[in-house]
Amino acid sequence: MVTAIGMISGGLDSTLALRLLLDQGVRVKAVNFYTGFCITETRRRLGGRTRDGEPPRNEALRAGADCGVEVELVDLSGSGYLDVVANPRHGYGANANPCIDCRIFMMSEARRIMEREGADLVFTGEVLGQRPMSQRRPTLALIEKESGLSGRLLRPLSARLLPPTIIEQEGRIDRSRLLGISGRGRKDQIALAARLGIDDYPQPAGGCCFLTDEAFGRKFHDLMDRRAERRIERDEIILLATGRHFRLGERVKLLVGRTEGENAVLDRHAEGRWRLTTPEHLGPLALVEGEPDPEQRRLASGIVARYGKGRAHPEVRVHWSRAGEELTVAVAPLADEGVLERLRL
Amino acid sequence: MDASNLRPARTLDMSGSFCPVPIIETAKAVRALPLGEVLLVIGTDPGIESDMAAWCRATKNDLLGVARDGRVLRAWVRKRGGG
Repeated sequence: MVTAIGMISGGLDSTLALRLLLDQGVRVKAVNFYTGFCITETRRRLGGRTRDGEPPRNEALRAGADCGVEVELVDLSGSGYLDVVANPRHGYGANANPCIDCRIFMMSEARRIMEREGADLVFTGEVLGQRPMSQRRPTLALIEKESGLSGRLLRPLSARLLPPTIIEQEGRIDRSRLLGISGRGRKDQIALAARLGIDDYPQPAGGCCFLTDEAFGRKFHDLMDRRAERRIERDEIILLATGRHFRLGERVKLLVGRTEGENAVLDRHAEGRWRLTTPEHLGPLALVEGEPDPEQRRLASGIVARYGKGRAHPEVRVHWSRAGEELTVAVAPLADEGVLERLRL
Repeated sequence: MDASNLRPARTLDMSGSFCPVPIIETAKAVRALPLGEVLLVIGTDPGIESDMAAWCRATKNDLLGVARDGRVLRAWVRKRGGG
């Protein structure tokens, strides 16, 4: 019997790939890699809800359960992965997404699991030409080679458009029952899902990783471009995904919570930073990183006041505290949208 | 079944951790349990309930119950399958 390691995100494509192999009698060990840049985790941390009022689901667990396959969640979020994100050899996509290096990193881990389990191959739900950076034909080949999976990496949805894997050449998986889908459309996948009775799957939303998010990308590159050494810590990632960010000076940044959940996250990261509140009005909690000069203090205070219930008042008192130091800045809430937008990351 | 009367062989407190960390740790803890024993998972991730149900469905372990007390969720899992 063929044994395969399946990289399952829980999206439609990886679910279909899983079903295609299960239907050929392949024994599957499914894995889902946690990188620390997961949108579901972040939304839950910030108290987010879906349209039906529920917390966002872990789609990989749900898809595995629907197919009767355990999905092992593998934590890759350590410093090795963070180093890939900060120093990708193959560069970034449109935002902070080092998709090629990320795929190589994940597939190298999948190869190690394949070797440990004595499995025959690794498979994914990738579709030729679906994503501009990591799913072009030469890139798929590069990822396969650099992850040490030459001949052992099967993409069931596009297999008939790609060179056959060793297991296909041996006739242990029937290539004629694999597919030849390519491109960005989803019509073929949706039709196949209907034929297979798969009706519960998430809508495509650019993947489950916020490195592909434009706003996150701006904040990420703003941080990295100011570092002598390119590195990033896990807590910094959480903060990059939380609140409105304003660059007040080369070394001074303001983070303003947008929701109760974000205020709570910022509050947990207040150590070593200035913590700003408006005690006389309901309003956001904000943090200031760095050593602001008096003008930057006034600017930060004006922005915090602008997002609180005191925004219509001529003057709002903003309380600053950090490690026993306390001060109050009384300012008019910042009304100039042009200034705000120039500073916003 | 009122799961809160069960006596867990082990309690795993994942308060403050979010998806997928509670399930990663649950899987490790259940692997180490003898068959038939119960693990109690405590957490504050609001998605634990759906995650635990899906994980138990796939691994064929028994989700005996989930109870909520404010932000805190408690889930009782009996080791049955391969988890």
